[in-house]
Amino acid sequence: MSNGSDHATHWRRTRALMWVTLTIWFVFSFLVHWFASALNESSFLGFPLGFYMAAQGSLFIFVVLIFWFARAQDRIDRECGFAEEDE
Amino acid sequence: MKKSGNFIDNLPKIYGIYTGGFLVFILLMAVLEQMGVSADTIGILFVGFTVFIYAAIGWLSRTMQVDAYYVAGRQVPPVFNGMATAADWMSGASFVAMAGGIYMGGHAYLAFVVGWTGGYVLVASLMAPYLRKFGCYTVPDFIGTRYGGNLARFCAVLVLVLASFTYVTAQINATGTIASRALHIPFEVGVWFGLLGILLCSMLGGMRAVTWTQVAQYIVLIIAYLVPVIWMSNKQGFGLFPQLAYGDAVMRLGELEALHQVGELKPAETFAGLRALTVKHAEAAGDPFAAWKFATLTLCMMAGTASLPHILMRYFTTPSVKAARQSVAWSLLFIFLLYFTAPALATFTKLQVLDPNLATGIIGKSIAEVNALEWIKNWSEVGFLKVVDSNGDGLLQINEFFMRGDIVVLATPEIAGLPYVISGLVAAGGMAAAMSTADGLLLAIANALSHDLYYKIIDPKAETKTRLIVARVLLIVIGAGAAAVASLKLTSILGAVAWAFDFACSGLFFPLVLGVWWKRANRQGAIAGMLAGLISGTLYLYAVRFGGMEPWLGIDHLRFGIIGMPVSLVAMVVVSLMTPAPSDEIQKMVDDTRVPKGDTILSSSH
Repeated sequence: MSNGSDHATHWRRTRALMWVTLTIWFVFSFLVHWFASALNESSFLGFPLGFYMAAQGSLFIFVVLIFWFARAQDRIDRECGFAEEDE
Repeated sequence: MKKSGNFIDNLPKIYGIYTGGFLVFILLMAVLEQMGVSADTIGILFVGFTVFIYAAIGWLSRTMQVDAYYVAGRQVPPVFNGMATAADWMSGASFVAMAGGIYMGGHAYLAFVVGWTGGYVLVASLMAPYLRKFGCYTVPDFIGTRYGGNLARFCAVLVLVLASFTYVTAQINATGTIASRALHIPFEVGVWFGLLGILLCSMLGGMRAVTWTQVAQYIVLIIAYLVPVIWMSNKQGFGLFPQLAYGDAVMRLGELEALHQVGELKPAETFAGLRALTVKHAEAAGDPFAAWKFATLTLCMMAGTASLPHILMRYFTTPSVKAARQSVAWSLLFIFLLYFTAPALATFTKLQVLDPNLATGIIGKSIAEVNALEWIKNWSEVGFLKVVDSNGDGLLQINEFFMRGDIVVLATPEIAGLPYVISGLVAAGGMAAAMSTADGLLLAIANALSHDLYYKIIDPKAETKTRLIVARVLLIVIGAGAAAVASLKLTSILGAVAWAFDFACSGLFFPLVLGVWWKRANRQGAIAGMLAGLISGTLYLYAVRFGGMEPWLGIDHLRFGIIGMPVSLVAMVVVSLMTPAPSDEIQKMVDDTRVPKGDTILSSSH
């Protein structure tokens, strides 16, 4: 089942997923905190927003992001026929 | 704890009983305290009992099989591997120093918190599943096979040893500090006591023993971290989920900072290792330079996370590639539980100290009154804090109270007036955090030296038995070396930890990532990348830290990966393109690495 084009499709979709994941990662790792001072002007759950994002918000998004990534990659593996058999 | 399918199936039950047993033990200690048993005895019981349990697990997990020793037989379920990774990851620095760092450093310090969690996104998307598919025993095993040749393998061993050894001395230092305080023995003796516990956990069973002790250590450390915070929050009326409710406390701190003139009153005196509070809690500096410093530190810690071999090798132990990916997610969830609590702890503790409306508030009180407090006396005695009256008005101002950030976690139960049993619990938690990380690091070093240097380079014909004996002898030798260095107390706990991340990302990040994601990467490029990154980073560290050089653009000794990483990338790409592409065989290997299906690249016992 694994011919050359399957490999290519699988890798193209895997790469696309990687870039989407890393873009979200970049936003919550760097972009948000670059503007922490401005964000601190607004508040969220009673916190200054800039502080909240660094103390909790970004962390929470990273956790959800990795769970989502693991599911999405598994779906790609299955649809392209490259998932491990014994599961 | 013999290897069998049954044991794996029973894991939830076994660790459930263990957790229940630990909670009963805490209650027992509380009862003993009520009966008048001394605080010192309770501290000794806490640390002694937990270390004994870890050593027992280590003994029960002993093995003479290669794949059990190096990768725990590749049968660790994702959730349990997540807990083990979390313990492996959260070191003495996370447990002891992080809340203190936030207490002292405010928003700027949160770069560590963001960096040490976001790094797992890189681990999940770029590294862990592919390294698992590869089937390697160690990180240099991947470099050596993907790029081929002993020199590439040797360079990877070099980076690994440098990064991990820097890190492990800090951990053994932390075990020594905690053991010496809890057991009332000199620091130098505490270091060797800590090492003994660490070796008992790892020596006989290698990765298998370390895995099952780390799960046990995670349970102790997370209970020890959460209980005091929840207790304190409940006492102050913030409810049982302080992490969600401390926004008001942060806002209240803002008012108190204005009241006490935090940031305006500068300390008039200096004490080595101690600091007065001069930074506002939630305020982020608005200038681009501060934002740049935040971003550079975050990046170094993230790339370092994704390059540190003791973390990557945890994902070699899962049953499948899919399980490795899930396991990264579980790891971060378990880490998140502590990391999103640390800022809450720092906030509550600061409120306790600063708020004049609380019985525990000390700022603004008379110096004589403050000096009479039990916790001030205890921690002043060991030189961890100092109260002075710089302006001679008899009252304590914010710039007259000096302390070491490290004590926030350890002293909080005393500051908030919680029973001593909580202090004992916290000591046991700190010990678990430092020991579990030291275990993982020592094993990473010893495995790289025994598998890659000894077996793959020096004596490829060595028998299994010899290999495993060599691995254990190395473990003892390296552990003893690290303990000897730790007893010299060269750097603070946190400094050494940040350096380990910078060493790792300077030397290993791009050779690992490009090994999977860029087929054209070849041996010459990888060697150039590892050496150029490591050497440039190290030279820069030396120049900034010891050579008196002015840091470029605020890139100080905590951030030298910002120099090492780009040098490594450029060297690797340029040299790869200037030399021939890797063979078809290697390119086929990379293709196979990229899909979960099929056998691992390296056979299960190689």
